[in-house]
This record gives sequence, structure tokens and C-alpha cells, in this order.
Amino acid sequence: MSFKEPHELHKRRFGRNLGVALVLTSFIFIVFGLTYVKITRGDYEPANASVER
Amino acid sequence: MSDASINTQASTNEASFGDYFALLKPRVMSLVVFTAAVGLLAAPGSLHPFEAFCAILFIAVGGGASGALNMWFDSDIDQKMKRTQGRPIPAGKVQREEALAIGVALSGFSVVMLGLATNFVAAGLLAFTIFFYAVIYTMWLKRWTPQNIVIGGAAGAFPPMIGWAAVTGGVAIESVLMFTLTFMWTPPHFWALCLFMKSDYKDAGVPMLHVTHGRRVTRNHILVYTILLAIIAIGMAFTGVGGPIYLTTALVLNALFLAGAVSIWRRDEDVSEADGYKREKAFFALSLLYLFLHFGAILAEALLAPYGLGGW
Repeated sequence: MSFKEPHELHKRRFGRNLGVALVLTSFIFIVFGLTYVKITRGDYEPANASVER
Repeated sequence: MSDASINTQASTNEASFGDYFALLKPRVMSLVVFTAAVGLLAAPGSLHPFEAFCAILFIAVGGGASGALNMWFDSDIDQKMKRTQGRPIPAGKVQREEALAIGVALSGFSVVMLGLATNFVAAGLLAFTIFFYAVIYTMWLKRWTPQNIVIGGAAGAFPPMIGWAAVTGGVAIESVLMFTLTFMWTPPHFWALCLFMKSDYKDAGVPMLHVTHGRRVTRNHILVYTILLAIIAIGMAFTGVGGPIYLTTALVLNALFLAGAVSIWRRDEDVSEADGYKREKAFFALSLLYLFLHFGAILAEALLAPYGLGGW
């Protein structure tokens, strides 16, 4: 099977596959965004960060 | 059966992305999103806007997951009722097993993600809500008792409590009152729908109140629950989430809602049938506006509070 000529199935399911791709991409951005917010706010400081030296 | 025939069959009745999305009951999800957002914004304290967005998203996904589990379990009932025959499973677009898989996967996903995004009190409440709707209501109460919608209504009432818990990490009297408002609103809202949906539930063998006890009893119950709802809704005006905007809204809406309930109570089947259940339909439409405006007023009080305008 050639990659140049998509199977009829791929054409038929394009909408569904695009939807899944968008959902998964959005999830990546959500995890990244949450991580960024929590790290920059200092929610996850190292355990010994408050120990005075 | 040849490959060609399989392909033809698949192409005529194949599920689109929208069919899978429809399993999540988007219209119910919009109510969940709105009430959860109000609970979140009315709570003392704050979340980072992105965390708040994620919290509401995961609450909505959890609500959607319970909708998919409901469609999986109730596909036999959905097939018999006109109102639900177009849903993806009875329409033959999505397989029951697919709905189950999506429901279970999204349940786990939404609970874990809400826990990581906010806290595990909110996540625990979301898990309980999904369990309550899918197991207690769908699998047990719905086919067993005419009080199904009264007790089962709790599932739809939890989102503002989850939104509140996402910010505070706990439960408070205000969040319980927001829960109670939706909880008490559900029976008159649903029973009004039952009155003009005629024989749908009877055909499906679901023991709704009007099927087991008759329409007269249902009309009486609508009135009683509307009176109890009015007491709670107006009483909420004098708590932490209330204020002059909320009080005015509650007084007007509850007067209209009570008038509608009295009107339904005074009518009998002959009168209702003669005008095509006009009052019952108007009461149902008002019930949607009722809940939206009550929560809208709570939101307005919360948003105006920083400017010294909201609250007492």
C-alpha cells in the first residue's frame, strides 16, 4: 500500500482521527500549562529548600 | 459476508467524532460547567486562572463520563423512548462496549487530573458524583423506585460543591446550600417534563412517579417540592453567597415558579390535554431559566464583591 494514495478508510475516518488528534494535543498543552503554573508558583519546591544552612 | 459488504455497512452507519462526543451528554455538561464555575468563583480564596479552567474542564469531563456510563447501561430503555432514540447507541452509531470503555476511561482520567490540578477533596467528590450517577441512580434507583429522580438528582447537584472544594479544599454551608438548591429543583423540573412526555417512560418500563402513582399525585408533588425549593432558594439570600441581587432574583423567580406550580396543581388531565400541556411546558421552560438565573445571581454577587457591591 502506498502512502501517496490514502485508503478509503482514512478518508472516511478523517474527521474522527482529526478530533482525536486535537484532543490529545490539547491534553499535552493542559499538562504543560498546569506544570508551568505549579512550578512557577513554587508548589513543588525541593524538600530541603526550607532548611537553613 | 464479503469485505465489500462490511465496508458498505460501516460507511453508512459509522460513528463520527460528534457521535462519541454526544455520549458525554453535552447539554447536561453545559449545566455542570456553569454551576461548577459559579461554585468555584463564589468560594473564598482563588485559583490561578489556568487551574480554574482545568478544574472546570475536568469536572465537565467527569460529568460527561457518567453520561457515557448511563448511555451504556440504559441503551435498552433509550431504544424504547422517543426522546432518546436518536442517541448514539440506539441509533446504531456507537457500540455499547465502546460507551462503557469511554465512560470508565474518562472517569479515571477526570478524577486523577482534577486531583493533580487542584486537590483530592474535589477529586473525591467528583469520583463520588460519577459513582452516584452511574451506579446509585442509573443501575439501581432508576428502574426500582418512583423516587428515582428525587434521590438521583443529587448527582446533578454536586458540581458547585466540587467547584467550591477545588478552591477551598473542603465543604462549607454555602456549598451545601448550592447543592440543595439544585437537588430540590430537579424533581419539579423533571416531573413537569414527565407530564407532557406522555407514555415514553411507561413504554420503557421506568417507574417514574406519574407512571406508578398517576398524574394527580405528580401534580401534587410538583407543588410541594416547589414550595420547599422556594424556602431554600430565598433563605440562601441571607447566607455568605447571597446579597441584594440574589434576593431580588430569588423573590421574582420563586413567585413565578410558585404561580406555575399552583397552576399545574389546579389543572387536570383533560384541561392540560385540551391546550397541549401549555402550562406544563411553560413551567419546564421556566425551570431552566430559574436555575440559570439563581446561579447567575450568586455569580454576580461574587464578582461584584471586590468592588464593595456584592453581598450584604
